[in-house]
Amino acid sequence: MWKWLHPYAKTQNAYQLCERLLPWFVTSALISFVIGIVWGLAFAPADYQQGDSFRIIYIHVPSAILSMGAYSAMAIAAFVGLVWQVRTAFMAMVALAPIGAVVTFIALFTGAAWGKPMWGTWWVWDARLTSELILLFLYLGVISLYASFEDKHQAGKAAGVMAIVGVVNLPIIHFSVEWWNTLHQGASITKFDKPSVAPDMLWPLLISILGLALVMAAIFIRRLQNEIVRRELNRPWVQELVSAAKEK
Amino acid sequence: MQFDNLSAFFDMGGYAFYVWLSFGVSLLALALLAVDAVQQKRVLFEAVKKEQARKVRIKAAQASAKSNTRNDPQKEEVSSES
Repeated sequence: MWKWLHPYAKTQNAYQLCERLLPWFVTSALISFVIGIVWGLAFAPADYQQGDSFRIIYIHVPSAILSMGAYSAMAIAAFVGLVWQVRTAFMAMVALAPIGAVVTFIALFTGAAWGKPMWGTWWVWDARLTSELILLFLYLGVISLYASFEDKHQAGKAAGVMAIVGVVNLPIIHFSVEWWNTLHQGASITKFDKPSVAPDMLWPLLISILGLALVMAAIFIRRLQNEIVRRELNRPWVQELVSAAKEK
Repeated sequence: MQFDNLSAFFDMGGYAFYVWLSFGVSLLALALLAVDAVQQKRVLFEAVKKEQARKVRIKAAQASAKSNTRNDPQKEEVSSES
């Protein structure tokens, strides 16, 4: 696998792979995201306790799960970059951070808008909410640490270490609802038992998760391309790429 | 559809404000992220094009400067003859 994977450490190959993948990701992202959201908003049955307010779940749970998923991906990219000295991995890390930050913000915001009618408050300092807020700060930390170094090689290493150290927060978020008494309900999908959600509510939720994941992946691909071009501005292949785009 | 009509759908069983606020802000945030990614590509390509055009201009200026210095002695000769 290493032999197959290694050529993509070269920025030009990574860029071209992104170019090939992007249209597929954009199309499948739009289709699955729209299906998931519309199904959840209009066709899934209302919750017997929470009525229609529970429909916020179709954006809240996907964004919450994927805020952690994006962080794992970012940390893995940082690890690859630090251990094997792969510049492209740092570029992937930098491309992922703002996406993760926005998705974490969405998870927090929709959680607040769901908490107000159900718990009677926008925000409480309980374990789940606080640890998710810390995740947002970790993303912002990685972004600003990377931005604060003039030498982007140094910047990648420094931000990479921070991203890896921050991984300790992920199990804290996940188990926060078990370790502490919190207002937030326990996990209903991400557990080893059978999911405790009725199938006609679960399916649109799973499709929403897939849809948001693909939306994030599509944005990531374009951002990675941008980061590659930004860092390789004077390479001949970038110059040729831009000249070719001009003629179109 | 779980709702009897469209206005019931928009009312969300009385939770319209919270549901549509959540989805509105979320979609807006994702849209901004996507637009930024597309825009960044255009900005970068524009910058590279500008730099390329600048290099072409510099080269042209250098070439004409070179030919000017070559012409200068001749000009002097012409002026000295007259």
